[in-house]
Amino acid sequence: MSSTVATLAGPVPRARTAPRDLTLLLMLPALALLVLMFLLPLALFFVRTFMEFEGTTAEFIDQARDLLLSQPYLTALGTTNWIALIVTVTVLLVGYPIAYYLATATGVGVSIVMLSIILPYFTSVIVRTFSWMVLLGEHGLVNELLRGTGLIDQPLPLMYNRLGVVIGMSYVLLPYMVLTLYAAMRGIDPSLMRAAESLGASGFYTFRRVYFPLSLHGVLSGALIVYILSIGYFITPALMGGQHDIMIAMLIDRALEVAVDWPGAALMSLTLLTVTLVLYAVYYRITDIRRLIGAR
Amino acid sequence: MAADFISPGATVAAGRGAIELRGLTKRYGEETVVNAIGASIAPGEFFSLLGPSGSGKTTTLMMVAGFVHPDGGKILLDGEDIASVSPQKRGFGMVFQNYAIFPHLNVFENIAFPLRARRWPKAAVAERVAWALEMVRLSRFADRYARQLSGGQQQRVALARAIVFHPSVLLMDEPLGALDKNLRYQMQVEIKEIQHRLGMTVVYVTHDQEEAMSMSDRIAIMNRGRIDQIGPPGIVYEQPVNPFVGRFLGEANLIDGTVAAVSSELVRLVLRSGQELHAPCSGNHASGDGLLFIRPERVEIAPRTHAPANPHCNALVGRVRRCSFLGNILRYAVEVDGIAPITVDLQNTVGVSPLPTGTPVVLRWPVADSLILAHDAP
Repeated sequence: MSSTVATLAGPVPRARTAPRDLTLLLMLPALALLVLMFLLPLALFFVRTFMEFEGTTAEFIDQARDLLLSQPYLTALGTTNWIALIVTVTVLLVGYPIAYYLATATGVGVSIVMLSIILPYFTSVIVRTFSWMVLLGEHGLVNELLRGTGLIDQPLPLMYNRLGVVIGMSYVLLPYMVLTLYAAMRGIDPSLMRAAESLGASGFYTFRRVYFPLSLHGVLSGALIVYILSIGYFITPALMGGQHDIMIAMLIDRALEVAVDWPGAALMSLTLLTVTLVLYAVYYRITDIRRLIGAR
Repeated sequence: MAADFISPGATVAAGRGAIELRGLTKRYGEETVVNAIGASIAPGEFFSLLGPSGSGKTTTLMMVAGFVHPDGGKILLDGEDIASVSPQKRGFGMVFQNYAIFPHLNVFENIAFPLRARRWPKAAVAERVAWALEMVRLSRFADRYARQLSGGQQQRVALARAIVFHPSVLLMDEPLGALDKNLRYQMQVEIKEIQHRLGMTVVYVTHDQEEAMSMSDRIAIMNRGRIDQIGPPGIVYEQPVNPFVGRFLGEANLIDGTVAAVSSELVRLVLRSGQELHAPCSGNHASGDGLLFIRPERVEIAPRTHAPANPHCNALVGRVRRCSFLGNILRYAVEVDGIAPITVDLQNTVGVSPLPTGTPVVLRWPVADSLILAHDAP
C-alpha cells in the first residue's frame, strides 16, 4: 500500500544505485503500453481531425477562434474551473484532518479509516455516483430523514445542481487528496514536533509554524492532482448536475455524440490537455521544491 | 514569561535547576525499561547518564523532558513535582540526537523559535539570537538552512536553540553521536565552556565512556534499567562497584578466583592455579567466588629475567601472546596459566619497544590498586 501512496505523492526520486540501462529495460513494457494505447491514438486523433478539415489554414484559425471564444465554450470553461476550485477546496478541508489523523495516530482506528478511504476506490465511479443520487434525491435518504424529524417541510435541492456536483466529485476525489497528504505528512520527522514542544511552543503554534509549513508541498500536490482530475471530469457532473453545470468534458462529449463536430471536439480536448500539462508541470516543480527544502 | 528577560551574557539564576529522580520507573508491556532509579542532580552540575543501548538512559531523559510518562516514581525540579507539567511548560532546553532542526526555517529563525513561541518582542529576539549565534560561533551562518550546514554546525544550531531562552536545565540526548572523532572532541570542549558560562544544569545521555568522563561532574552508569553506580568520573573509573561498571568504563582485567579474608585490611584471592593475589579489604566482597579488578595501565610488564619480590605488589608470570600498537599506547595480551589473558597498557614513551610474542614476562601491580568485586548477577 505504501507504494500506492508513493506514486500518488509524486515522482519517486530515481534510485541511484541501480544501473540506468537496466532500469529503462524494466520500464519498457509499461512504456510500450502507454505509447501504443494512449499516446499514439491521441496523436492520431488530433492529426486526423485537423487533416480532415477542408479549407485553408486561415479559415481553420478563424473557426478555431470562433469556437474557443463562443459563449457556450467560455461559460463551460468558467464553470469547469469554478467547480474544480470549489471541489479542490472542499476536498482539502475534509481531507487534511483525515490525513493528519492517519499520519499521526496509531491503532485499529487508523486501519479502519484507511480502509474506508481506499475500499470505495475499488468500485466503479458510476456505482458510487448512483449511490449518492439515492442519498441526495428529492425522496432520497437525507431529505426523508430531515422531513421525518420535522426540520424541513419541502425537500432540499441537493441534486441536479452545483451542490450535487460538488458533493459527488468531492467524494470521488477525496482519496487522491488524503493519500497525497498522508504521504507528505509521513515524511515529516516527528522529532521536530517534540523539539518544538520542548522549546516552549503550544500545540497550535507548533502546527502553524512547523507542521503545516512542512505539509504544504503535500497540500499543493494534492490540490493540483484534484484540480487536474476535476477539470476533466465527466460522469458525476453529467449525472448529478443541473443544466447550468456544463463542464468542458461534457461539451466535448456533445460535440462528438450530438453535433459530430470532430475538429471542434479535438480543439477543445487540446486546450484541456494543454491546461492539464501545464498544471502537471507546476506539480512536478513542487515535488522538486520539496526535495530542495530537504523534506524526506 | 516575557517578563524575565535576562540580558545577553547573563548567567542562569544561581541555585536553580536542581533535579531529583525518586524511584522513577517505566514499563513497556512486560519489560521494565527503567527500574526504580533515584538520583539527585545539583544546580549547575554536568550529569551524564552512561550505559549501553537498551539500558534505559534515553527513556530516563525522555521522562525528565516530559515526553515519556513514568509508570512510577517522581521527578522533582527545585523541589516541585513536575509529573503533570507538559514538556512545553517545563522550560528545559533540549538537544536531540538527530538535532531536529526545522528544515523550512533558516538558522536565525530556528534559534528564534523558542523566543517567538514565548511572544518576545522583535528587538529582544534579534538581540538574544545574535548573542546565541555568537555563543556557538555561527554568526556568519544566520541565513543558512540546515541542509547547507555541516554536521558540527547543525549541532551548534541545535545547541544555540536550546540555550537561547536561558533554561535552567539543558537535556542532551547523545548530541555528538553523529560526529566524527575530532569534531566530537572539539564540541565537547565547547559544550563544557558554554555550560560553565551559563551555569546550567546539564543532563547528558551518552554511550561513549570517554565523552562522559571528560565532560561530567558525575556519571550515572545505567545497566538494564537500573543505575549501578553514581559518582565523579575518577571514582567510577577507579572504584567500580561491579564488573559491569568496570568493563563499561574502559579496558579492565577481572581475574577469577576464590576470596578469603587475611586481616581487617587485606583479602586474598586464590586462583585456580593455586597462585595468590592480594587486595585491600573494600567491604564489597567478603568471601566466596570473586574477581580481582585491575586497570591495564596499572600493570607493569617486564621480562622474567629479573624479578625481585615486593610484598606491596601482586605478581603473575606469563608469556606475551600479542602486542597491539595503538599509537599512544602499546597493548599487550599476556597469557597466564589458569586465567583469561591479562591486558597490559604501556605508555608509548621514549625507549619503549614491543616485546616479541612468546617472551616470558612477569606482571606486577600494587596491591593498593587492586579491587575485589563480586560476580555480576546473571
